[in-house]
Formats: sequence, C-alpha cells, structure tokens
Amino acid sequence: MQILQQLVNGISLGAIYALIALGYTMIYGVLRFINFAHGDVFMVGSYVGYYAATYWVSHFFPVGSLESTVLVFLISMSVCAALGASIEFLAYRPLRSRPKLTVLITAIGVSLFLEYTGQLFFGPNPRGFPPIISNKAVIHSSSITINMIQVVVITVSLGLMLLLRVIVMRTKIGTAMRAVSFNQQAASLMGINISRVITFTFIIGSALAGAGGVLYGTMYPSIEPLMGILPGLKAFVAAVLGGIGNIPGAALGGMIIGLVETFVSGTGASTYRDAIAFGILIAILVFKPSGLLGKREIEKV
Amino acid sequence: MTFPLDSILRFRTLAVCSIVACSAAFFVSCKTSGGPAGSEIIVGEYASLTGGTATFGQSVHNGDVLAVDEINASGGVLGKKINLVTEDDQSKTEEAVASVQKLVNSDKAIALLGEVASSRSMAGAPIAQQAHVPMITPASTNEDVTKKGDYIFRICFIDPFQGKTMAHFALGSLGKKRAAVLTDVKQDYSVGLDEAFKHTFSTAGGTIVSEQSYSTGDKDFHAPLTSIRAANPDVIFVPGYYTEVSLIVRQARELGIECPILGGDGWDSPELTKGEEQQFNNTFFSNHYATEDPDSTVQNFVKKYQDKYHAVPDAMAALGYDAARILADAIKRAGSTDSSALRKAIAETKDFPGVTGHITIDENRNASKPLTIIKIVDGKFHFAQRIGPNGEALTPLK
Repeated sequence: MQILQQLVNGISLGAIYALIALGYTMIYGVLRFINFAHGDVFMVGSYVGYYAATYWVSHFFPVGSLESTVLVFLISMSVCAALGASIEFLAYRPLRSRPKLTVLITAIGVSLFLEYTGQLFFGPNPRGFPPIISNKAVIHSSSITINMIQVVVITVSLGLMLLLRVIVMRTKIGTAMRAVSFNQQAASLMGINISRVITFTFIIGSALAGAGGVLYGTMYPSIEPLMGILPGLKAFVAAVLGGIGNIPGAALGGMIIGLVETFVSGTGASTYRDAIAFGILIAILVFKPSGLLGKREIEKV
Repeated sequence: MTFPLDSILRFRTLAVCSIVACSAAFFVSCKTSGGPAGSEIIVGEYASLTGGTATFGQSVHNGDVLAVDEINASGGVLGKKINLVTEDDQSKTEEAVASVQKLVNSDKAIALLGEVASSRSMAGAPIAQQAHVPMITPASTNEDVTKKGDYIFRICFIDPFQGKTMAHFALGSLGKKRAAVLTDVKQDYSVGLDEAFKHTFSTAGGTIVSEQSYSTGDKDFHAPLTSIRAANPDVIFVPGYYTEVSLIVRQARELGIECPILGGDGWDSPELTKGEEQQFNNTFFSNHYATEDPDSTVQNFVKKYQDKYHAVPDAMAALGYDAARILADAIKRAGSTDSSALRKAIAETKDFPGVTGHITIDENRNASKPLTIIKIVDGKFHFAQRIGPNGEALTPLK
C-alpha cells in the first residue's frame, strides 16, 4: 500500500531531476563539457516564475487559472532560454578553441556568479512560491493520494521530453545537433553552422531547466538563490547514470535517482539518503562505465 | 616533572591573585572616590544589534531598555538609577568576548544581560565567571550555557523542556495516544526536543508509532510523511525550524494527513504559514509567551511596548524585559551590589511574575517556568494554553 504512494512521490521528484538532467546531457552531447551553471539557470527559472506569477501575470489572469499557469511557464522558459544563450555567447564561445578544462572552470565561475548575483537581487531569505497549480487531491483513498501538482509535474515533464525527442529525431536542426554530437569537424565540413547548433542546444536545455524551476517551485514552495546546487548535482548524477550525452538515458537516470531517494527516505534512513543514491551511481559505473544507456566511446589519441 | 611545574603554577596563581586584588582595591577606591559612579548602578548589556541575528538582539535590547526606564522612573533600586551600558557584538562570537571584557573591565558593570545566541553566551560566560560578575542570559536555550559557572543564569527554558512539555500537551490537553516524530537530524536543537518528547510521551502512557528524519535544507518530505501516514498516528511532532516545517506541514496535508502537528519555538516566524494559511489549521507550537495571553502582566507589557516602539513585542523582547526586571529585583533583595550577595539573590529568585510566566531559578541556575502553547488558525498565531514546569495545564485549552 505504502509502496504505491512512494512510487508516485518518487516519479514526480524524478521527473523534475530528469528535466534538469536533459540540459546537462544535451550540452555535453554537442560540446563535451559539463555546464555546471545549469543548476543555477534552473534557480533563475524558479525566480522568474515567482516574479511573473506574483507581479505580472496576476494583473491579467487570476493566479491558478490555466492561462496564468501557461503564461508563467512560457515566460520562465523564454527568459531561461535567453539566459542560456547569453551565457554560451559571453562565457563559453570565446573559449571554444581552448582546452576543455578552461571551459569547465569558467562554468563553475558562471555558476557562482549566478548564485551570488541571485543573493544580491533576490535576497538570501527563502520565499514562498505562489500557488499557480492547485494542490487539490485528484485521487484520494486510504492508501494513495495523488494531487494536481503531481499530475501536472509528471505530465508536463513527459510532454516536454516527448517534444524534445521529436525535435532531436524529426527536425533539421535536431539532425544537425546529432551530427555535431557525432563528429563536430565532419559536421562543419557538411555545411552545418556549428555555432548556431550550439546556441540552439543551450536555448532548448535552458528552457527545460526553466520549466523544471517552475515545477520545483510549485511542488516545494520555498525558493532561495542557492536552491539550484543540490538538484543540479543530483541531475548531473542522473545524466551520468543514464549515460551522459544520451537523451533517453538522462530521463531514465532522473527517474532512478528520484525513486531511490524517495524509497530510502521512506524507510526512515533519510540520513543515508544521499550516500545510498551516490553509492548506486558508483556501483553502476563500476559495471557499466558509460552509464546505463551510454555507448562505449573509443578515445582517439 | 610535576613538582616544579606545580610550584610554578602555584606561584603564578598567587601572583595573579595579588595583582587582581591590588587592582581591585585600586578600582574600588577610584569608584568610591566620587563621580557619577556612586550615584548609579552600572549594568552591562551585550547584544547583536547588527549582523545576522540583528532582529533578535534589537528586540532583547528594546525589552531591556523598557524595563530599565520603568525601574528608573519609579525611583530606581537602592536609591540609585540603573545605567544600562550596551555593547553591540555584531552577531559575532569574537566581538561578544570583546564586549564582555569591556563591560567587565572598563565599565565596571555589576552584572551582565546577554546574549540571545547560545554560542555567544558561552563565549562571554567564562569572562563573567572569572570576574565574578553575575550574568543573566534572556534567551540562550542550550543546556551547556549555565554549566559555565555559578555566576551564569538564564531566565528562558531549556531545549529538552519544550519536548517534554509538548508530550504532556499531546497526551493531556489533546488526548492523543499514538505519536509520530519527524526530526531534523542535522540540528542539535531538533534532536534534543525529539528525544525529550519521545521519552516523556512513552513513559506517560503513549506510543511512538513512527520515527522519521530529514536534514536541514531538504525540500521533499513526501517519503517520510508517507511512512508516517502508514503508521496511522493521531498526532505528529516536528521539532524543526520554520523553513523546513512550512514545507512539511503543506506536504503532510497534501498527503491527506489531517491530525494535529506540533512543534517548538523554531516555528516562530511570520514566514511559516505564508501562501497556504489554511493548511496550518490544527497545528500547535510551544513558545515563550503569546501577545494574546489574557494575563494582566502580559497585557500591560504589550501596551507599554507598543506605546514606546510602535511594534508588537516578540518573544525576545519579552525575555529581555523579564531578564532586566529579575536583575533589578535581585539587587533590591541583595540590598547591595556586592557580587556574591547579588549572585545569591539571583539564585534565590522564586515565583517572579514575569511576562513569560512565573520564573523560579533552580539549582542548576536554569529557569523553572511555564511555557505557552500557540495555536495556528488561518495563518494567525493565537494563544492556546499555558503549561506549567511539570507538565500541568495552568489554563484551559482555548
């Protein structure tokens, strides 16, 4: 009985991890580096959602109506997309021909920049997130309660993942992304504009993080400027677990991390929650170093 | 090896003693030789007027000043006015040490009031103890503070007391028998309350049906709450700080847990219920006092405070006010400002009618006093009940 409820809890948490993990994995796919600022883009997404819902959208539609919720998501996703594209343009593009380590350290710098600029502008105290989705129970029985927020989190996440799948597999720019990920040099020789593909990847990945930020804020309505660190780290682990660079792998990894965390805390061992989650990561990487769905790559020397 | 060291030590102690004695005699002679010192009693106060816990320090300071002004207006003590000398420790431990040193050594305070934070009280206490200057902390709840020496007192309750009293409240006033606990394992405060609650609740006839935990900074509590729901408790104790508790209560209600949820003074923040006021109905927490308490001492204090500062006094202000008044009362009873007589008088404080309840100082120099239970209704904090030091209800449950 309890297992069913924990399953729902785990999937809704995992769905958000999966959304963030997609951004890590896509950017790794085309650029071969970990964008550590991604978790902070997620935080900005949450705050944009907060300001949009509280101060702007509420002038036109009542908080909680379908129009206002859709608008809040769209605003947050567009602001994050713009932020992601500008981070790439200002911080990573000038370093594209430099060693990967340089870019990696820059990413950590960008991450700290966003966190502490956030503290300056938003203030360090936690804020409550406006109830843009009602938390009424959809299914309510003695053994299981599913509320509207959980339903929305799961459906929006799955919807965005499907949309991403269609973009990557069925569109021209998606084909270009896969080509760049496969071999950047060959792709550019085929006439693909590498810079455009990379910008597009950042736009899509950051928009997903923005949506994740709004969903996270709705589910756990207490947001603060350092809130991106831990979910960002967990999502990164999810991406590695599923096989970094692999899109379905990131979604699967996110779900696994969410479920493991929930089941471990549910048994009363919450002190060991992160230890067990990361222990599983290590165990999987020992047996499958490229992650669950990752392909083994042969490094050319 | 022991022998020479021993004698050196003995020599040093002697030397220090004689220096202290000489300088003390010197200063005493200075003091009595005239000046304003003779016409007033100097009380030192160290508080965090700026920095991270500035709101706490300012509230305590306001309470102290209100009490001192009131005492001076009615003629002071022993025919002299009290001069409150305040040092701002900027919410820093090292500044607290410097402040206490200044108050004790150069201002010659006869007693000290402060600090709110247990860590800073523990930094200042050894200096006060060494100089034999009685110190009263208004709000440091950590058990170890008053263990620093026999000159260190407190007028607030200690952490385990809240857990114990909430267990009595759950059993007695609410009539609940099956409790679940959800503890923040990263906070000594939370663990301390939790242990006292579990012990009292199970020895007094209740059953602990589920024990779950979380860590400071967590956002998702669905997992431990689902386990708690499966155990079917009729009351839940969550002794955490408001940041996490605000999410815990919401998520519990979302999961359909409707039973009362109890907590400690870590809940006391206007941020607690923001956004989802309705979900906090049927929750209670322990606190030092409530502005709504019908007791006339409380109502007088609230009125005077509002007249002076145009703000509603919080628990810190009430504790600061009580601390200063207990000190003045002790000076009166001691009949002098002599440090050992004053120490004895503070230790003998019995049934002092404070705003935060009748206060008796026990043999460990802690306060034995009642506690106030706050009930949350539609996001507002209301007075629910006063519970005595031994878990007995002093007023009916509102």
